[in-house]
Amino acid sequence: MIYIIQTYGKAFLFSDGYNMTGLAMTLWLLVAACVIGFCLAVPLAILRNSKYFLLRAPVWLYCFLFTGTPLYVQLLVIYTGIYSLEFVHHVPSLNDFFRSGIDCTILAFGLNTGAYTTEIFAGAIRDTNFGEVDAARSLGYSTPKLYRRIILPSALRRALPVYSNEVILMLHSTTLAFTATVPDILKIANDAYSATYNPFAAFIVAAFLYACISFTLIFSFRKAEAHFLAFQKR
Amino acid sequence: MFSLDGYGPQIFAGAVTTVELSLLSLLGSFLLGLLGASAKLSKSRTLFGIATAYTTLIRAVPDLVLMLLIFYSLQIWLNDATDYFNLNDINLDPFTSGVITLGFIYGAYFTETFRGAFMAVPKGQMEAARSFGMKPLYAFRRILFPQMMRYALPGLANNWQVILKSTALVSLIGLTDVVKASQNAGEGTFRTFYFTSIAGLIYLFLSSVSKLVQVYLTRKFSVGVRQVVF
Repeated sequence: MIYIIQTYGKAFLFSDGYNMTGLAMTLWLLVAACVIGFCLAVPLAILRNSKYFLLRAPVWLYCFLFTGTPLYVQLLVIYTGIYSLEFVHHVPSLNDFFRSGIDCTILAFGLNTGAYTTEIFAGAIRDTNFGEVDAARSLGYSTPKLYRRIILPSALRRALPVYSNEVILMLHSTTLAFTATVPDILKIANDAYSATYNPFAAFIVAAFLYACISFTLIFSFRKAEAHFLAFQKR
Repeated sequence: MFSLDGYGPQIFAGAVTTVELSLLSLLGSFLLGLLGASAKLSKSRTLFGIATAYTTLIRAVPDLVLMLLIFYSLQIWLNDATDYFNLNDINLDPFTSGVITLGFIYGAYFTETFRGAFMAVPKGQMEAARSFGMKPLYAFRRILFPQMMRYALPGLANNWQVILKSTALVSLIGLTDVVKASQNAGEGTFRTFYFTSIAGLIYLFLSSVSKLVQVYLTRKFSVGVRQVVF
């Protein structure tokens, strides 16, 4: 245990200035996936509630495909699957993109969390009090302004507790990145395990680090809820 | 184009393994969840402390990390234990380890689901049952459990979907489930994209069937509950 912390502590936590550490890589994966997921989810959640079937159906299909299959399978399709297709090799930009483990990982994670977040936001938008929409319409709000000023601010606030859950689950999912050769915390724990054959010590250090990140996230989301959902306080 | 190149039986066997693994893990975590919820709601502070530590720690750590931790350590601990008691070695195959680990991990999630559901059943129900002279276990089985299930069902269905999808991770610890079988087929035929997509479709099918079962069970456990119809 002490040996593992002494030998691999640096790779887990601190940087030598050239390589990203496990912790930094995990956090980068989490942030990148959540930013992509959030940017995808807001417009898609609006489309998901559209009254036009042709706008609604593709978003439904996207959510169905990405929430109905395991993230590991999605990662395999994107990382090993797409690169095995012949035409990808002939387009230089695609070739470069799909050959890199981290690009594929971030794409897969972003699309996956985007689908779950779309469902969460779409549910929150659906729960908007109709009186608010009526009032805004009667004041002459245009549809974009209605979404920007009335629907989205309240829907995103109400979605916050569920969304914080999704972020924690995303953190847990980032562990899959090591299967695509991305050097995150679990990859370093796995290296430590293969070098020492001491699985418990190697993985318990990783578990401890992940637990610390989880608790930090839970704590900050609780602060954010206290701030943004202050009107619900009793 | 749409042929399985003779890999059909292997993929089917993998799919069966996936379903078996999910169902057994569901059973394990269901029972562990009932135990955990009872411990969390019991008057004993020790039991409450143990159950709270269990749910908090397990839910803070990613399931893959726990899986690797438990899978690789379990065999070592078991060997130590059998050496200590001078017994024959017990070898754990990936399937058993998978069931134990998944059951142990998702038991924590089920504990929280059941705890909320038990608290949602009005207290008077259990008091009335006891005052009729029902034994505690009998009252639990006939009064508390059926009512609790109605509140727990949405959470249970969600947990089941998560378990089903997390069984894909067991291919990383060497079990030939549907993912591993499709990877083997893909490597053998150089059609990785096609075969991995088939694994994805099988998961889509399984989760859609689960949705249907959920609708059926919701109707079954909501018998006698008046619902608002729009």
